[in-house]
Amino acid sequence: MKLIFEKSVPGRIGFRLPTMEVEKIEYDFEDHLLRKEDAKLPEVHELEVVRHFDALERKNHSVDKGFYPLGSCTMKYNPMVNEEIAGFDGFKFLHPYQEEYTIQGALELMYNLQNYLADVTGMDAVSLQPAAGAHGEFAGMLVIKKYLEANGFKNKTKVIVPDSAHGTNPASAVMAGFEIVEIKSNKTGRVDMEEYKKAMTEDVAAIMLTNPNTLGLFEEDIKEIAAIAHANNALLYYDGANLNAIMGKVRPGDNGFDVVHLNLHKTFSTPHGMGGPGSGPIGVKERLKDFLPKPVVNKNDEGFYFDYDVKNSIGRTRSFYGNFAVLVKTYAYILTMGKDGLKKASELAVLNANYLRANLKDFMTIAYPEICKHEFVVDGSFLKEYGIKTLDFAKRMLDYGIHPSTVYFPLIVKEAMMIEPTETESKEVLDEVIEIFKKIIEEAKENPDTLKNAPYTTPIRRLDDLKANKDLKVKYDV
Amino acid sequence: MLDYRFLPHTEKEVNEMLQKIGVEKINDLYADVPQIFEGELNIPETESEMDLRRDLYELSETNKNICDNGIFRGAGIYQHYIPSAVYQIASKRGFLTAYTPYQAEVSQGTLQMMFEFQTMICEITGMEVANSSMYDGATATAEAALMAARVTKKDKTIIAESVHPEYIETTKTYLEPQNLTLQTTEIDKVTGRINLESLKEKIDENTNSVIVGYPNFFGIIEDLKSIREIISEKIMLIVVVNPIALGLLEAPGNLGADIVVGEGQPLGSYPSLGGPGFGLFASKKKYIRNMPGRIIGETVDEEGKRAFAMVLQTREQHIRRGKATSNICSNQAFNALLATIHTSLLGKRGFKQVALQNYHKAHYLADKLMKTEKFEPVFEGPFFNEFVLKSKISIDEINKKLLEEKYFGPLNLKRFFKEMDNHALFCATELNRKEDIDFLVSFLEALI
Repeated sequence: MKLIFEKSVPGRIGFRLPTMEVEKIEYDFEDHLLRKEDAKLPEVHELEVVRHFDALERKNHSVDKGFYPLGSCTMKYNPMVNEEIAGFDGFKFLHPYQEEYTIQGALELMYNLQNYLADVTGMDAVSLQPAAGAHGEFAGMLVIKKYLEANGFKNKTKVIVPDSAHGTNPASAVMAGFEIVEIKSNKTGRVDMEEYKKAMTEDVAAIMLTNPNTLGLFEEDIKEIAAIAHANNALLYYDGANLNAIMGKVRPGDNGFDVVHLNLHKTFSTPHGMGGPGSGPIGVKERLKDFLPKPVVNKNDEGFYFDYDVKNSIGRTRSFYGNFAVLVKTYAYILTMGKDGLKKASELAVLNANYLRANLKDFMTIAYPEICKHEFVVDGSFLKEYGIKTLDFAKRMLDYGIHPSTVYFPLIVKEAMMIEPTETESKEVLDEVIEIFKKIIEEAKENPDTLKNAPYTTPIRRLDDLKANKDLKVKYDV
Repeated sequence: MLDYRFLPHTEKEVNEMLQKIGVEKINDLYADVPQIFEGELNIPETESEMDLRRDLYELSETNKNICDNGIFRGAGIYQHYIPSAVYQIASKRGFLTAYTPYQAEVSQGTLQMMFEFQTMICEITGMEVANSSMYDGATATAEAALMAARVTKKDKTIIAESVHPEYIETTKTYLEPQNLTLQTTEIDKVTGRINLESLKEKIDENTNSVIVGYPNFFGIIEDLKSIREIISEKIMLIVVVNPIALGLLEAPGNLGADIVVGEGQPLGSYPSLGGPGFGLFASKKKYIRNMPGRIIGETVDEEGKRAFAMVLQTREQHIRRGKATSNICSNQAFNALLATIHTSLLGKRGFKQVALQNYHKAHYLADKLMKTEKFEPVFEGPFFNEFVLKSKISIDEINKKLLEEKYFGPLNLKRFFKEMDNHALFCATELNRKEDIDFLVSFLEALI
């Protein structure tokens, strides 16, 4: 398909400003600062733009089009009404530097949301500032760093991360100035307590955990893990990517976690928008409250206000206050579900995952075949005997109109397929998916080439990744 | 269960499913959890769509918005006209409800859009490569400083004190844990531009980059050429832009910039209390392997058909983990889409026209305000669509009165600079009509 630039015809316009009613004046800046050549942007009429992007949109898979079981991404349904609400003039047309008395509604929403999220996670204070999960991790790890320094622990330079962790965990901890100590998981896919105890030396500042972890398994020893960390003056960091398994069932704060981040674009149903915007609020226990990014939203006799008086704040992690529009959608979701609904959502997410697992185990290898939480991992190496890799299986799924699971992650399972159905999928959809999986395995047995050459029905076939990286072309030469 | 419209399970189905799994009740699925939460969440009961919409509409209406009220305030977030087609196209659910394009075969819409986006950012900034977005202007600035430290292996960044104060704070937050130094450099009090003499003095052998605004926070157009002339080739010039200004101003890429960053909100995103917009990030091609964020490249599929894919992923956290160029994963892709559609509609001519109207309207406003003799000029340097004037009476008082007339007035710079009380940062865009400007001026003339 042509690029919008290739559809350009000199002279065409897609937008016209009203005639300017003020007089043009002479430029009073140096001639070399005046643009000599206009930016070569497309010259297209409005309908061309409409059709161009319509054609692009139809090339994408999306939650609205079909099943999207990406593990650790929580591709649940994104409610329509939340988009409409975030689009109210009284929310979208707010300037960040308006007087506080003119944005009391927005501040009230943020204040309540801070409290709701604190309550769901069992934390005492929340900052809504981080723009995404990884951004929250960075902010959270800085909070830990500053807190430890303020309490006289200058030598705590290391952070323990299990080998099943998301890549962002070590990357964020490094950005916050820590070194990484990776520990191996045990045979049941959980933190190996012996390894953990060995790794927990005096210079350890924190352990970052996802719970349930990326295998979909709950860390049963969490209380002991916490006790060991706390005895060593280290803190527990909770990666909220998998919170969708435990809302209203388990509160990380009750299990000993000191800092959490949430992914509102996963657990709280805000759309992923092709990769963002997300929102990654962090929650902390009372003793860490004074270290949060500033400002936080607070309330006094006069109303709601941005509180910049955060004593030991790590400072700002971005401009303004966070991805406000995403916060509005989250708020709408929480109010829609209510206290019991959030719990039910998690229960059904776990039910759906286990139902799928219990069915697939008859003909696929489950890496850790036991009750899981909201996701589970298939070990695709059983396909080897047909000369098939997980990648081939995933690509064949595309032909059946379903999105592949997360593949080759977590790293500790060979040929991993990480499957997270989410609670918004009905039993019929799951039953259909089970049949599709069966069929693909039949195909693998009978004619492996069907899988090796898949997909066939998608807008393009498999890509030449080598060429993409070798003959690097990252922009069109206009 | 059926009280929740997003949860399809009937009780019968739940029981069938539990049976297949081989457990009796839902809580058996949580048997490995050491402590089930038995309390009640402190969250209201479930609400119907009808009530929710009404309640949140009422809440939204307690805010005073900048659509019903005019605004003469910018300072990093700007009210521009967004053509109707932008959101109607972008809100198509194949864009909105898609994930990161990990499976290229069913993500070509996203990938091609991002490739077009990168091309537009390069065209606007005059740079060779761009990524597919960062969180915002502040984090893009901070990541640029980190990138300069990686490229040069030197540990001092110099930033003009006239860069947006919140960008400076954010950059400080990002540099500190890496034991990198951030030093601010003064402006010339007369022109409002960077003070070249004091910049010269601050540059030393440990300096990796110099960061300046274009225009800067006070609206002043920095002379990038003379800044580039006094810093050596080995030091990177990082330019923080307002993309709208680049319809009029020479592209930083043609004036010696190594990295260009900025807040992309003015390109099609609503103000939304400051987020989400997006961070734009562009650089010279030779630095591409040190860039943070997702980059899209053109390739072919196995049948030779044009296709797009994520490239240089070995820079990124999902492959490189602790050794990645950045921890960024989610970005602001949807806002990049808004910018791509917005910029396509504006096109070559419209993009320039918007910049011109901003320039001329802001100058018309400044000129008229000065003629009232109620304000003192503060800086002599050239400006784009924002400028600073000193008021004889309290800006906060003025703004209160103005709001009664349905206008948000200028920003009181006291918010960021103690010594600048009653220094007003005014802004005008294409949306401020002549009659609004004339009203503002006559109202202030009568008031002061």
